[in-house]
Amino acid sequence: MGINYIYPEFEVVRNDARCIRCRVCERQCSNQVHQYDKDLDLVISDESKCVNCKRCVSLCPTRALKVVKSDCLLRENANWSNDNINEVYKQAGSGGVLLSSMGNPKPFPVYWDKILINASQVTNPSIDPLREPMETKVFLGKKGSDIKHDENGNLVTKLPPQLELSMPVMFSAMSYGSISYNAHESLARAATALGICYNTGEGGLHEDFYCYGPNTVVQVASGRFGVFKDYLEAGAAVEIKIGQGAKPGIGGHLPGTKIVGDISRTRMIPEGSDAISPAPHHDIYSIEDLRQLVFSLKEATEYKKPVIVKVAAVHNIAAIASGIARSGADIIAIDGYRGGTGAAPTRIRDNVGIPIELALASVDKRLRDEGIRNDVSLVVGGSIRSSSDVVKAIALGADACYIATAALLALGCHLCRTCHTGLCNWGIATQKPELVKRLNPDIGSERLINLMNAWRHEIKELMGGMGINSIEALRGNRLMLRGVGLNEKELEILGISHAGE
Amino acid sequence: MKISARDLDHKALNEALRGAGNDCELTDCLGQRFIAAGMSDKHIRISGIPGNALGAYLNGATIEVNGNAQDAVGDTMNAGEIIIHGNIGDAAGYAMRGGLICVQGNAGYRAGIHMKAYKEKLPVMIIGGTAGSFLGEYQAGGIIIVMGLHRGSARIVGNFPGTGMHGGKMFLRGRCENVIFPAQVNAHVAKAADMDEIMPYIRTFCTSFGYDPAEILDSDFTVITPDTKNPYRQMYVAN
Ligand code: SF4
Ligand code: SF4
Repeated sequence: MGINYIYPEFEVVRNDARCIRCRVCERQCSNQVHQYDKDLDLVISDESKCVNCKRCVSLCPTRALKVVKSDCLLRENANWSNDNINEVYKQAGSGGVLLSSMGNPKPFPVYWDKILINASQVTNPSIDPLREPMETKVFLGKKGSDIKHDENGNLVTKLPPQLELSMPVMFSAMSYGSISYNAHESLARAATALGICYNTGEGGLHEDFYCYGPNTVVQVASGRFGVFKDYLEAGAAVEIKIGQGAKPGIGGHLPGTKIVGDISRTRMIPEGSDAISPAPHHDIYSIEDLRQLVFSLKEATEYKKPVIVKVAAVHNIAAIASGIARSGADIIAIDGYRGGTGAAPTRIRDNVGIPIELALASVDKRLRDEGIRNDVSLVVGGSIRSSSDVVKAIALGADACYIATAALLALGCHLCRTCHTGLCNWGIATQKPELVKRLNPDIGSERLINLMNAWRHEIKELMGGMGINSIEALRGNRLMLRGVGLNEKELEILGISHAGE
Repeated sequence: MKISARDLDHKALNEALRGAGNDCELTDCLGQRFIAAGMSDKHIRISGIPGNALGAYLNGATIEVNGNAQDAVGDTMNAGEIIIHGNIGDAAGYAMRGGLICVQGNAGYRAGIHMKAYKEKLPVMIIGGTAGSFLGEYQAGGIIIVMGLHRGSARIVGNFPGTGMHGGKMFLRGRCENVIFPAQVNAHVAKAADMDEIMPYIRTFCTSFGYDPAEILDSDFTVITPDTKNPYRQMYVAN
C-alpha cells in the first residue's frame, strides 16, 4: 500500500437484489476476486485482483454482475497518461521489466480499416456465390515460372511440394505450453475438419496429436524443442521461426515451473528445466546460413514438405523477404507488430516492428520487381480480425493469412491480456487441469469450424461482388482496393489509389 | 556398399545413401552438406571432407569421418554417433538431444550450444583438442568434455564458456585456472564420482583414436555445472 498502491483498474459491480448467493463467481474466478461471507450472507469482491476476463459475468445465472473500468483515475494529462504513470510506479516499486500479453493495444493506425474493397456495377457482372462455383482453395509453395516439356514433348507438371488449403486461412503458431492441451486439440480437430492447417508453435507436438499431422505445420525455433525426425515427418509443412510480430528480436523463456508433465514430454526436456529459446538461431547470421537450415530440413524430410520461414515485420522487411525467397524457402510468413503473444516485454510489444499491411505491400512489390514472386508463397498475420481483412490482404498480395487471436476468441478468450499469469479462466492460456477442462474441445473445434465457414462464405460474397470467382484471381489485385484518409506516401507503399480516384 | 561422392550434389548423395545398404563407405567427399540428415540404422564411413550440417537431425546412424568436418556437425541430433578423426568447425551439436559426437582434434566456436537431455537421452560431446569461445552456450543438459590434448601453450577453451548454461555438465581437463567462467556457473575439481560418469566416453575416445586412458587421466578435470541459486532470470513485473 502507500507509495506502491495503484488503484484497481476495474470495478466489480454486483446487483445485490439479483444475487442469489449461488457462489458460481467464487468458484469460477481463478484470480480469487469473489468471496462469500457467511456471517454477512454477502458475496464480496476484491477488485484489485480482477483482470476483466468476464468469466464471472458470463456465468452468473441471474446477470447480477458486471465488470467496468474504474473511474478513479489520476489527473488527466494528454502527455502523461494513466498507463504511463502507473508503469513508472510498477517499475519504481519492483525494478522489473514490464511484461504483457496479447497484441499491441496502442492506438496505432489500422490500415485494414482505411482500405475499401471494390464491387462490380454495370460494366462487369458480379457473381452470386450461392448459385455459381467459387474457388477458395489455395496451394502454398514454389510455383516455378516457366513451362517445361519432357523428351516426348509432354508438359512436366511435377511441382515442388505444396500445402493445400481449402481456404486462404491457417491457425498460426501457439505452442503447447503457452496454450492448453484442450486448446490445441480444438485447433487440430478444426483444422482437419476444415482442410486447413494449425501450427504447433515451438513447443513440440503432443503424441496424441500426431494423427492430425496432415493438417499440422510443425515449427522449428531456436530452442529446437521437441524437434526430431518423427516430428518433422508428422507435419504437412515445416516452419522455421525466426521472429514473431509481438516481440521481434526477442527469444522466449518458459520458466521451469511451467515445464511439467505433458509439456516436458512434448518439448522433450526435463521437468522443471527452463525452456529458453535464444533470441537468434546461433547458426544463422546470414541468408546463406538460413539456406543451410532450410536445406537441412528439406534433406531430413526428403524434399516432401514445403519449408516456411516466419519473420516479424520489421523496417527492412522487403530486403529480408527477398533474401528468404532466395534461401530456398517455399513460403514466407510475415507477422505484423499487432500480433498476439503469450508473454512479451511491454516495451517491445508496443514499440517494435511495423504494420503488416505496409510490410505485405512492400514485400509483394519487391518480389515482383525482382521477378521472384512465384518462387515463394506469402502468408501474413498479426492481426487479421475478419474475412474482410483476409480479402484485403489477398488483394495486397498475400497467398494466405495466419490467424491466432481471432481463433482464441472463438474458443472463449475475452482478450483480458493476462495470459502471462497462467490463470486463464477460459481454459486457454493455462496448464491448470481444473481450468483447462473448462474448454471442451468438442465445442471449441465446432466454434472454430463455424467461424471459418462464416468467413469462407463472406470471402466468397466479397469476391462475387467484385466479379471474381477464384481467390487466385484476387491475389495481388490491388485495383480492387482504395484508400480512405491515407496520405500519398501510405498510398504509394500500399500501391493503391485513393477512394474517388 | 561403396559410394563415390565425386559427382554428386547433396541431394543426390543422400538419395544414394538412402538407397544403399546399412554399411556404406563414402569416398571423395568434397564439402557436400547435410550428409545423412535424419538417418537411422546406418553405418557410414566418410573419406574426404564432408560439408556443413553433417548428420543433422541424426536419428541413430553412425558416421565416421576420416578427416576434418565443417560447421554444424550433428545439428539437433537425436541419437547415433559421429566420430571425427580430425577437427570440426563451429556450432557442433547445436541443440543435440541424444547420441555421441567424438572428435579427435579441435572444435570451433559455440560447440554444444543449447545441448539438452531428456529421460534416457543424454547427449555427449567429447573433444580431444581445444574448443573455441562460447563452448556450451545455453547448455540445458548432456555432457561436454574437452581434453586439450597436444595443445601446447593454447588455452583449452576460448572466451565465455558456459554463458547461459542452465543444465548439464561440462568437463575440462586440467585446473583451468586461466579460464574465466560466468557468475551463473560453478566450477570445481572433478571428484571420483564425477569421473565415473565420463569414463565410458573417455574409453570410447581412446579406442576410437588409439589413446591410452592413463595418459588422459594423469591430470585433474574441472567440472562446470549451472549454479541454480544464481540463475539467468530476468525480473518481470506484470503489466
Ligand atoms: S477476474 Fe474474471 S472471473 Fe474474476 S472477477 Fe474479474 S471478470 Fe470475474
Ligand atoms: S487467452 Fe485467456 S488469459 Fe489470454 S487474453 Fe484470452 S482470456 Fe485472457
